[in-house]
Amino acid sequence: MHLFKNTNFDFLRWRWHAVALSWIVILAGLGVIMTKGIPRGIEFAGGTSVIAQFDQAPSVDRVREALNQNYPGGGENAIVQTYGDPALRQVMVRVPEVGAEQGGSLTATADAISQALQKGNLGNPKVVGTEIVGPAVGQELTVKGTQAMVLSLVGILAYIAFRFQFSFAVGAVVATIHDLLVTLAFLAFFQYDITLNVIAAILTVTGYSTNDTIVIFDRVRENLRSMRRDSLNDVINHSINQTLGRTVLTAGTALLSALALFVFGGEVLRGFAFAMLVGIITGTYSSVFVAAAVVTFWGRKRVQATEAASAAAGAQPARRAKAQRKVKAS
Amino acid sequence: MNKNIRWKVLTSLAVLVIFSVVGVYPIVASQFGITSPSALMDKQLKLGLDLKGGVHLVLRVKTDDALRIETESEMERVREALRTANITSTSIAAPSSTEFRVEGVAGQDAAFRQATADALTNFDRNPGAGGTYAFTLKPNVAVALREESVEQARQTIERRVNELGVAEPSISRQGQAGDQILVQLPGVSDVNRAKSVIQSTGLLELKIVENGATGTRDELLVNGQIPEGMEILPGVSDTPGAAGTTVYYLVRKAAAVRGTDLRNARPTIDENNQPAVSFTLTQDGSRKFGTVTEQNIGRQLAIIVDGRVQSAPRIDSRITTDGRISGSFTQEEVQNLSLILRSGALPASMDYLQEQVIGPTLGADSIRSGITASVVGLVLIIVFMLIYYKLSGVNAIVALLFNLIILLGLMAYIGAVMTLPGIAGFVLTMGIGVDSNVLIFERIKEELDAQRGVRAAVNAGFSRVFLTLLDTHVSALIAALFLIQFGTGPIRGFAYTLIIGLASNLFTSTFVSKTLFELVLGRRQQVAALSI
Repeated sequence: MHLFKNTNFDFLRWRWHAVALSWIVILAGLGVIMTKGIPRGIEFAGGTSVIAQFDQAPSVDRVREALNQNYPGGGENAIVQTYGDPALRQVMVRVPEVGAEQGGSLTATADAISQALQKGNLGNPKVVGTEIVGPAVGQELTVKGTQAMVLSLVGILAYIAFRFQFSFAVGAVVATIHDLLVTLAFLAFFQYDITLNVIAAILTVTGYSTNDTIVIFDRVRENLRSMRRDSLNDVINHSINQTLGRTVLTAGTALLSALALFVFGGEVLRGFAFAMLVGIITGTYSSVFVAAAVVTFWGRKRVQATEAASAAAGAQPARRAKAQRKVKAS
Repeated sequence: MNKNIRWKVLTSLAVLVIFSVVGVYPIVASQFGITSPSALMDKQLKLGLDLKGGVHLVLRVKTDDALRIETESEMERVREALRTANITSTSIAAPSSTEFRVEGVAGQDAAFRQATADALTNFDRNPGAGGTYAFTLKPNVAVALREESVEQARQTIERRVNELGVAEPSISRQGQAGDQILVQLPGVSDVNRAKSVIQSTGLLELKIVENGATGTRDELLVNGQIPEGMEILPGVSDTPGAAGTTVYYLVRKAAAVRGTDLRNARPTIDENNQPAVSFTLTQDGSRKFGTVTEQNIGRQLAIIVDGRVQSAPRIDSRITTDGRISGSFTQEEVQNLSLILRSGALPASMDYLQEQVIGPTLGADSIRSGITASVVGLVLIIVFMLIYYKLSGVNAIVALLFNLIILLGLMAYIGAVMTLPGIAGFVLTMGIGVDSNVLIFERIKEELDAQRGVRAAVNAGFSRVFLTLLDTHVSALIAALFLIQFGTGPIRGFAYTLIIGLASNLFTSTFVSKTLFELVLGRRQQVAALSI
C-alpha cells in the first residue's frame, strides 16, 4: 500500500503562505495570552487544591455556593470543576491562597475548604487528595523549565550542526521553536493549565519534532549528490515529496498513541496529551513547510559551496568517497 | 540456518527472556498472587507516589538559623573568655546572624586579642573606634555551615521517618540553592503526625532559671532590659487554678545540657501518672549535668524543648545520667517527642514549601486510566501496522512488543520509578517507536520499486535508514536528558521511560526486526515478493 506515490507538489512555492499562516497562529496565541492570559497550573501559580469525593455528584454551582457561604475567602477566586471519571463523583476546588508558609498551618486553607464542603450539606465529601504549593516553588520551576528548554534547543542545534551543516541545524531549530510557539498558542486558545506535565510534553515535542526534519534533511543530503544539475529548491522539493509518505505515516502512528492518552489517559494527563497532539501535528507541518524553507533562505550559498567541495572530493581517492557513502541514508 | 542468523536469533531470544523475567513476570506474579522467589519480586517495577498514593512534602531549611546558632554560641564563648580574663566591655551583642560585636573595651587591646584568639578559627575580627570589635563569620565557613545544616537536616528527617515506620520513604535534597528537602512517604495517610514529627526542631536544652515564672514578660526585665547573658522564654503554667496559661521564665542563655548530650529518650509516666518522657545522658553530658546540678541545688532547672519551657522542677540533689520531661502531654505527644529527641535535633528550623497528598483511590484511578490508554494505543497501532504493512506489520509489532518488554525490564532492573507521566511515556514510546519501522519499511518499498530483489531491498532498507534513526534518536534523547534535570519525581519517571524506550527501540527496530526478516527470507530459496 502506498499513501503517496510519485507526488510532485511544489512545497517551496507555498513557503510564504506557510510563513504567514504560522505567524497568524502564533500572533493570535500571543494575543490570547496578553488579553486572557494563560492559566498556570498550581505548581507554577502556587495555591491550594482539594479533590473531594461525594456520595452523590453535586453540581459545580452548589459547591461554589457552599464555598461562598462557608469558606472565608469566598467562592469568587475559586476554580471548581468535576474531576476525573464522572462515575467517581469527584470535584476539585482550587484557590490561590496558601495557608501561612509556616509550620503546620500550611494546610489551613485546605482545612478551611474541606470544612466549607462539609458544612455545605452536599453529600458527605471525603477528601481524596490535596496539593499545596507555596509561592517560592513556582519561580524556581519557571527558571528551571526555561533553562531546560533553551539547553535542549542548543543541544539539538549543536548535534544537527555536527551531523549536517549549520544551515540545516538552523532550519531544524527554527522549525522546533515554531512548534513550541504554536503548541503554546493552542494551549492558550483552549485555556489548558500550564502544568509540569505540559512542560514535559513541550520538551518532548522539542525532541520529537526534529525527527521528521532529520528524515527530510537526510534525503536532501543524499539527493544533493545525485541531482547535481538541479537547483537547491528543486532538490528540496523532490526530497520532501519522496519522504512525504513516511512523514505523514510516522506522525500518524505517534498521533494514535497521543490520541489514546488524550481520550483514556485521565484528568491528570489531559493537558499533556493535548500538547503532544498539537506538537506532533505542527511538528509534521513545520518539517515540510518551515525547516527546509529556512535552509533555502539561510543556506543557499553555503549548501552550494559545500556541494562544490564535495563534488571536488568525489575525485579524491576511494577512502573519502566510501566515508561519504556511509553517511547516505533514508 | 546459517551461523550468523542463529547467533542473532539466540541473542534476541536471550534478551527477550531476561527482560521478561525481570520486568514482566513480577508484575504478573503479584497480580495473580503467584508465589515466587523473593530475589525476583524485590526487583519489581516500583510505582511512584502519584500512582501508589502517599504524601509528598518539600521543606526549606532555614540555613540562616544554623549561622545564627554558630554566631551566638561563639559570642557566649567570647563573653566567658572575657570574664575569665577580667576584660570589661559595655555590650556584647549579635546584630545579624553572621556577626557579633563587642563594644567599649577599655584600652586592653593586646589582652583582648589574646582572650579572643580562639574565635578566629571561624570568624574575622575587625577592630573599630572606641574599643569596638566586630566578629564576622568567614564566608567559606558560612557556606560550609549552610551545606552541613541541610545535610544534617536530611539525615535527621531520614531517621525520624524510619522511626515512623514508613516503607520505602525517599528523602532527597533538591532546589537550586540546595536548601530544599523532598520527602516522599508512600502509603502514609496520617499526614499531620508525619508533618509535625518531621518539622519539630527537637532541640532539648536544660537551663538554670534565674527568675520566674511570672505572668508577663515585663516583670522579668531589669531596668527595662533583659540582663546580659540571659533570655526570656515562654512556658505553660502548671499551678492549680491557672493551668494552661502562658508564663515566662528568665533563664541563663548558656545551656547546662543540650540535645547533643542525649543518649536516649523514651515514653514514661511521671509521679502523677501523667505521660512523660524520660531521657538518659551520654557520659560527657552526665558529667556536665552533675556539675551544674551540684552547684545549683535549690534552684529551678528549666527543661526546654524547641524554645518552650516544658517544666521547671527544683533541683533537690546532684543529678547525673537520667532526667524526665513532664508537662501536660498526651500519650501521642509523648511518643512523638521521644521519637524526635531520639533522632536528634535539627540544626535549623524548616518551613514547608509544598505539600501533596494523593489518596489511594486517586492513584488507583490513575493506574486504571493509564492501563486503558496503553491498551487502546497498542491496539490502534497494531491494527494500523497490519492494515498498512500486512505481514511486515507483524514484524513491526513483534519488534514493538520486544521494545515494551525491554523497557519494563530495564526500568525494574535499574530501580526507576513508574509514575503517571511515565505511563504516558510508555504509550508514546509505542507510537514513536514504530516510526523507526515505518521509515525502514518505506525505504524497503522504495528499493523494491527501483526493481531491486527482495533480499537486496531489505538489506538496503535497514542499512540506509540506520544513520537516520541514530540521528532522530539522539536528538530526542538530548531533549529527554534535559527533562531529567528539570523535573521532580513524576516528570523524572517520564524522562526515564522515554530514554530507556528510545535506546531499546533502536535495538529492536534495527536488530530484532532485521533478524525476523532474515529468518523468514532465509528459509526460502527464491523470494519473489514481500508482503509489505
